[in-house]
Amino acid sequence: MIVVDGVSKTFPNGTAALDNISAKIGEGEFIVLLGPSGCGKSTLLRLLTGLEAPSGGQILWPEGAAGPGDIGFVFQDATLMPWASAAENVYLPLRLRGTSRAETREAVMAALAQVGLAEFANAKPAALSGGMKMRVSIARALVGAPKLLLMDEPFAALDEFTRFKLQADLHDVWRRTGKTIVFVTHSIYEAAYLATRVLVMSARPGRVAADIINPVAEGPERRTAADYTAFVKTLSDVLRKVMPT
Amino acid sequence: MNRNMERAAPFIFGLVGLGLWQGAVWWLQVPLYVLPGPVAIVAAYAGDYAVLNAALLSTLTVTFAALLVSATLGVALALAMAASNLARAAIQPWAVILQVTPVVAIAPLIIIWVNQPFLALVVCATIVAFFPVLSNTAAGLAATPKELLDLFRLNGATRWQTLILLRLPAALPYFLAGLRISGTLALVGAVVAEFVAGSGGFASGLAYRILEAGYRLQIPRMFAALVLLALAGMAIYGVLGLFSRLMLRRRDAA
Ligand SMILES: Nc1ncnc2c1ncn2[C@@H]1O[C@H](COP(=O)(O)OP(=O)(O)OP(=O)(O)O)[C@@H](O)[C@H]1O
Ligand SMILES: [Mg+2]
Repeated sequence: MIVVDGVSKTFPNGTAALDNISAKIGEGEFIVLLGPSGCGKSTLLRLLTGLEAPSGGQILWPEGAAGPGDIGFVFQDATLMPWASAAENVYLPLRLRGTSRAETREAVMAALAQVGLAEFANAKPAALSGGMKMRVSIARALVGAPKLLLMDEPFAALDEFTRFKLQADLHDVWRRTGKTIVFVTHSIYEAAYLATRVLVMSARPGRVAADIINPVAEGPERRTAADYTAFVKTLSDVLRKVMPT
Repeated sequence: MNRNMERAAPFIFGLVGLGLWQGAVWWLQVPLYVLPGPVAIVAAYAGDYAVLNAALLSTLTVTFAALLVSATLGVALALAMAASNLARAAIQPWAVILQVTPVVAIAPLIIIWVNQPFLALVVCATIVAFFPVLSNTAAGLAATPKELLDLFRLNGATRWQTLILLRLPAALPYFLAGLRISGTLALVGAVVAEFVAGSGGFASGLAYRILEAGYRLQIPRMFAALVLLALAGMAIYGVLGLFSRLMLRRRDAA
């Protein structure tokens, strides 16, 4: 369990991005961070990697976790290396851990196939559309089978078809592997479909405005379940309250 | 159509200019030792092309040697500056001092200190040429996308891995842009050093031929050497530009 304990973040220029955030992220949970633009969702996700320290409070990781390769990260932008092919970009996390290209070829191809880009393995980013680049970036985060997956609006730039498919695939991966996922989104529908728990954040400086367990039964029919619509309404009511007027 | 016109424009402009120049020289009967026309310059080149071409080759040899040293030195120093703040603090002011010191002022000293004339010329040209490679490569190494650096750290990359797999490739376009500027500067540096060295130096480069023609009042020959120099500068700039475009296209295009 990751414990976020009274975390604040003020940037050197004086911007207060997060104010006294507390939350517990249990093993195998699918947490969705939902909040208006600029409320500090990306900042919180970055703090969860441990690459940057909070300016107040602390984050506690479980014993022995958060080593290299334990965290997969999908940035808000694709952030691929333009000089490397899709396969080389996906191979990167494995390469940095010292595994050879030959022994990881199958894992790389499987990760690309999972996001529907098997036949684009050799394409450079310049030859890929925005959505395809994003999917390569998702494959890169999944390839090392990390225990914790942090995703910053990974599907925001995708078309509806691809988004629905990748949402379903991600949910599958999560159910099969029992990963812990923290997922940032602007979309209430996406939150209601994916989350086991939704943390609604208030406008800047971000606070946890609500911490709601998703009552809708998991499974492929989730989106059409009767209580899905009710949950969407609950979330939008909460969100309306925290939106700056 | 429009693009073709744009491409042809500098040539047409140049031809018209040459025509006007030749016409004015004929019309006003300007003596050759004041201002030769294009025809006289071409004739002077045709009459002495073996010596002039050899001189061009000699200057180009110095230029490329200096460019090679500049590229190596610039990248090495940029790497040192990227690796440690102490190295950056130590190197940066000296690089700037060398850059702003007119090479004409220090060339005589260098020519005295370095006994071998070819080496002395290369040293002078390098002093003029290395700064753009250094500063561009340093800027490129500093401009590595922050998120990719995070990704590398997150996956436990060593400094070495980050350098080889990320920072150097990310800095390549900057390095190539610097190299292009350094290329023309190396030529300028080589010529200035030859001028300063005069007959005491290598005594075979284009600058020496220009001096020599000046003393003998062979003004058309002097102009021919100047034209060769200008063409060489343009060729270096063009070739390096083509080189960098090809490199980057090969690398980034699928
Ligand atoms: N490096 C930084 N320096 C200064 N201020 C920053 C920095 N990074 C983020 N901020 C500020 O912190 C606040 C939160 O930024 P953050 O990127 O976390 O928002 P977000 O919730 O992810 O927004 P969005 O949904 O638009 O991506 C913003 O006001 C932003 O301007
Ligand atoms: Mg964000």
